[in-house]
Amino acid sequence: MSLESFTIMRHELLLTLSFLVILLAEVFTGEERKERVRGLAVIIFGIVTAVGFLPLPEGSIFGDMYRATRTTSLMKNILNIGTLIVFIQSYSWLGRAENRDRIHEYFMLLMTTLIGMNFMISAGHFLMFYIGIELATIPLAALAAYERFKNRSAEAGIKLILSSSLSSGILLFGLSMIYGTTGSLYFSEVAAEVRDMPLVILGFIFFFSGMGFKMSLVPFHLWTADVYEGAPVNVTAYLSVVSKGAAAFIFIIVLFTVFPVIIATWEKTIWIIAVLTITIGNLFALRQKNMKRFLAFSSIAQAGFFLLGFVGGNQLGMTTVIYYALVYIFSNLAAFGIVGIIADKTGRESMDDYDGLYRTNPGLSIAMMLAMFSLAGIPPVAGFFGKFFLFVAAAEKGFYVLVTIAVLNTIIALYYYLLVVKAMFINRNETPIEPFKSDSMSKLGLAICLAGIIVTGFASGIFEMIRNLSYGI
Amino acid sequence: MNILTWLVIIPLLTITGILLVKDARQAKIVSAFGMGIQLIVSAVIVYLYVAMRKAGITDEMVMISSYEWFKSLNIYYTVGVDGISVAMIALTSVVVFAGIFASWEMDDLRKEFFISLILLATGVFGFFISLDLFTMFLFYELAVIPMYILIGIWGSGPKEYAAMKLTLMLMGGSALLMVGLFGIYFNSAPDGGELTFNILEISKITIPIEAQRWFFPFTFVGFGVLGALFPLHTWSPDGHSSAPTAVSMLHAGVLMKLGGYGAFRVAMFLMPEAANEMAWIFIILTTISVVYGAFGAIVQKDLKYINAYSSVSHCGMVLFAVLMMNRTAMTGAVIQMISHGLMTALFFALIGMIYGRTHTRMINEMGGLMKVIPFLGVAYVIAGLASLGLPGLSGFVAEMNIFFGAFEHPDTFRRVATIIAVSSIVITAVYILRVIAILLLGPIRDHHFDHLNDAKWYEKLSIVSLLAGIIYIGMAPLHLSDIIRESVMPIVDKLL
Repeated sequence: MSLESFTIMRHELLLTLSFLVILLAEVFTGEERKERVRGLAVIIFGIVTAVGFLPLPEGSIFGDMYRATRTTSLMKNILNIGTLIVFIQSYSWLGRAENRDRIHEYFMLLMTTLIGMNFMISAGHFLMFYIGIELATIPLAALAAYERFKNRSAEAGIKLILSSSLSSGILLFGLSMIYGTTGSLYFSEVAAEVRDMPLVILGFIFFFSGMGFKMSLVPFHLWTADVYEGAPVNVTAYLSVVSKGAAAFIFIIVLFTVFPVIIATWEKTIWIIAVLTITIGNLFALRQKNMKRFLAFSSIAQAGFFLLGFVGGNQLGMTTVIYYALVYIFSNLAAFGIVGIIADKTGRESMDDYDGLYRTNPGLSIAMMLAMFSLAGIPPVAGFFGKFFLFVAAAEKGFYVLVTIAVLNTIIALYYYLLVVKAMFINRNETPIEPFKSDSMSKLGLAICLAGIIVTGFASGIFEMIRNLSYGI
Repeated sequence: MNILTWLVIIPLLTITGILLVKDARQAKIVSAFGMGIQLIVSAVIVYLYVAMRKAGITDEMVMISSYEWFKSLNIYYTVGVDGISVAMIALTSVVVFAGIFASWEMDDLRKEFFISLILLATGVFGFFISLDLFTMFLFYELAVIPMYILIGIWGSGPKEYAAMKLTLMLMGGSALLMVGLFGIYFNSAPDGGELTFNILEISKITIPIEAQRWFFPFTFVGFGVLGALFPLHTWSPDGHSSAPTAVSMLHAGVLMKLGGYGAFRVAMFLMPEAANEMAWIFIILTTISVVYGAFGAIVQKDLKYINAYSSVSHCGMVLFAVLMMNRTAMTGAVIQMISHGLMTALFFALIGMIYGRTHTRMINEMGGLMKVIPFLGVAYVIAGLASLGLPGLSGFVAEMNIFFGAFEHPDTFRRVATIIAVSSIVITAVYILRVIAILLLGPIRDHHFDHLNDAKWYEKLSIVSLLAGIIYIGMAPLHLSDIIRESVMPIVDKLL
């Protein structure tokens, strides 16, 4: 490999390097200084994230199995931002006594999944894509079971590994059919050979189902709520934001570059799945009382909104999917961050516990309100712009019925997001959550999220930059 | 910077000011100060506008300025005003100013109250100055969402239910509106060229009629929800009766006008052919609104409910007049928006003040209040007389224009609708006079009410600023209608 190929793969290589540094740091720090690994990991990853933004060459290596373009680099950067926020948010939780001997594991596993996601996004070949997906999934199951003494956490790990291996199996089956009909696994060669043939369609449907599991689209969403509830909050945040964002990215890349010929087929599929996902996700979220479950179902509905950008196969669609992923990272991580802080300080996770939160913790309540408004798509926060543009993207291709169903669903969503606002601001509580001071790292994480929620919308430059890097069919 | 943009910046600065000050007393002074400046700026804008027209500038919109925002979607922050929006801006600043003083004595979370209230006002001002549909929509939603917090925290009665119902119904309206806007946007360049959200540019082209048939109902109904279009008005009585005083004032006085304003500025102006085709459906619905609202008000016992139903009736009249599509009726519609804005704000302010003294809003529990609180009583009578259309007050000017214009139409359908709608004037007289008789006249029914205090200085300030508007429009209607009439023409011309 030449030096140039190193710079092409810089996201993955840097991650591997930081992975090794943390491993070494773990080995060479004494028992009483284990906590310092946290700070090291955050700093290293901050550097990795920053370096990711440097402009570096495009190209492909490993005989076109690995491709790096400015689009993939942008996607990886967005995932990096999300992961960095998760790292910052996990800082105080990792400092707990029961986690102290496993701090390095947490960071290493998360970085491994991120490497997998990066490979997946850069894949130019279905094998590379599959390796990436596996690398991204298996450590996640270990992470979900991170609090191994808690039954729920262990259960979440088992559920995640079982359902994701099932989905991987289905995905592989689909890929084998595609290989059988097209004779290749290279994206470019498959794209040239794909025809509107039954076996290709069948292969595509299997592939679609596999991706549906990863993105937790209805009807492949059943694992989501249990895993999200059982896993530690920070892992759930990672699962619902970074992991889901990565799945959405690779899915849209494959749809747009490998299957453009059969768009007539998949746009119908996506139409139906989008309606199902948004509606069912919303209806289930209505009745949830546990904040983590509530966010899990709301994030199922959000995944459905992503599909509105897929459906037209247009450049605007891809732009809005990437843009919405960025907005969603900030909004959802803010929500999970606050749930995490409160769970960490008081151990309370139910929506009823949030009654009267504003009177005791006004700052957190306002942050939560902004996050909820952003998820619901209320101006002036970024979620409004994200949703509006997703709808524009679908409307551009004439999917007005889909847009109408989706906007009516935003009203249902608004209802349950307002329930949280209602609990915090309007409801009274005899035993409210006591006022407490968050530590500085949690504050930093929240501050980044809130800055993102406010700035990403108004700063049109971000949208235009993403637009310039996106492509349609 | 464009003077119109200051209308958005001043409220935002005021909010920042409220955040910075320490206690609630300072917060209300900052709010009053900020909204006082806003009132002055609005007056300056009206003055500049009149001066420009006198100088012979005949552009459709003046004081236009435009900043590129989302380039690839051709979204701009574009502001500009014509006579209609200038009048609405003036109305809004008067009502907000009065609203601040009407809520001078809030007890709970005062800072938050003023912040939400002023945030709501920001949305309203932004809506009236926007010429770009995207920006307009953004401000529209910004104006709706603080209502939830305002009613939910500071409201009374079944406030949580009312707040949720109001928010969801209005946001539902805006969801429909959003689809309508997409339809307009993607048909804004039928001959190729760049798509645009700019109202003035879209008004120059003709949107294909098939698209209009689809998207006109979405847009009109979307705005209609906020304008209390029957049968989507049900949020209004609940919402208004549960809301705190200043919020009812602002909501009935100004926010409901967003619906009427949007209905003709966006729906009818940009899709005139479909508007003509479908006008009959909406004329029937608005006629029902007008009459039904009035009848609804007769049977209510709660002062706020009476006024909320009366708002349904009067706002229905705005939409009714707009659908008559001629110059007189349209001018009447705008005057009605202003006039109803002032008098309903006055009503709600007075009801709030009376409630603050008697702790009841049921009319049959009160009586003879004129003897103990004469200032509030007289103000209530004047507002009532304006509401039932007594000459010399603003209501008369508005209704005269509306019904005169509506009857101008030669076709029987519109004339019959007009005759039915006119009957609401009589019904209005019934419920207004009934309330005045029971509430203010007669013996004092409850000895607790023997020693009530009359209005304090801040309450008087609030009342007088609204009363002044009502009497001014009633006495010198041409000042207002001259500003409006010219600006109505471009819209009417497109509809003919």
